[in-house]
Amino acid sequence: MRFFEDMQVGDRREVGSFTFTADEIKRFARQYDPQRFHLSEEEGRNSLFGGLAASGWHVASACMRLMVLDTQRLDREAVERGEKVGVGGPSPGFRDLRWLKPVLAGDTITFAFEIEQARTSDSRPEWGIVHFRNFGTNQRGELVFSFLATGFVPRRGAGG
Amino acid sequence: MQLTFEDFPPGPFGSFGPRHVTREEIVAFAAEYDPQPMHLDEEAASKTMLRGLSGSGWHLASVMMRMMFDGFIGRAASLGSPGVNELRWLAPLRPGDDVMLDVEVTEARLSKSRPDTGIVTFKAVARNAAGETLCEMVSPILIGRRDGAGAG
Repeated sequence: MRFFEDMQVGDRREVGSFTFTADEIKRFARQYDPQRFHLSEEEGRNSLFGGLAASGWHVASACMRLMVLDTQRLDREAVERGEKVGVGGPSPGFRDLRWLKPVLAGDTITFAFEIEQARTSDSRPEWGIVHFRNFGTNQRGELVFSFLATGFVPRRGAGG
Repeated sequence: MQLTFEDFPPGPFGSFGPRHVTREEIVAFAAEYDPQPMHLDEEAASKTMLRGLSGSGWHLASVMMRMMFDGFIGRAASLGSPGVNELRWLAPLRPGDDVMLDVEVTEARLSKSRPDTGIVTFKAVARNAAGETLCEMVSPILIGRRDGAGAG
């Protein structure tokens, strides 16, 4: 991943899109969130969602997939240019996760992130602590999903 | 009988599990949703900060969701959740872990906009068999009232 020194508050990047098919919505739900409105079109229509809706954890997991693939793509490109790439640390967590609108079967969600805060770690000077606001927007341009994630980002020249 | 808003007063609610998580499940989830080497391959994982194969944090959160479903949401008048106030990943999920989930109601109030609906905020804490805390999550869930016109 990019180094802490290359990230600035306000940086925004789109990482890709994910289409939620009815089959995939049901497959995720059967395993991890088998509430009736995630399993059946009819139950979905009769719920607050108004249709077969993806589990919120499915939406979050799809966002993670695209974030990871985007980082790996950027890393490959940097390596091809002969540049050094960093390795990120595990995330301590997130807050303010909002499922703002239902993600229904057939919806395509485009995910993006924006850097909201960046500081160095006092206890681990080889790391920066970055707060990323992640967004999901549907094909009608409606914001459907957001959360504020925290990540450890390597500092350039820290030996990573 | 279906659980309604009235069944969730603030205080300890219950403990659920164990839920066994296999290496195959960890790798399958990661391959689809979080394809980082530390979740896919022992050799690569041994060189990372987590020192060994670990489950995606999103996998653990999804396992916690399933444990809450099996524990009580599956028989509650759940209308869905608006989000997660906070989630903290404190220790890695490992292959073979038997996860336990302790659930507490931290707040229960009626919805202002939907008087037939309550908003119950849960704190769920996942632990492994050694008692080590893996993850803490605080999340509200909309739950129908017993006498609510829209319940069911």
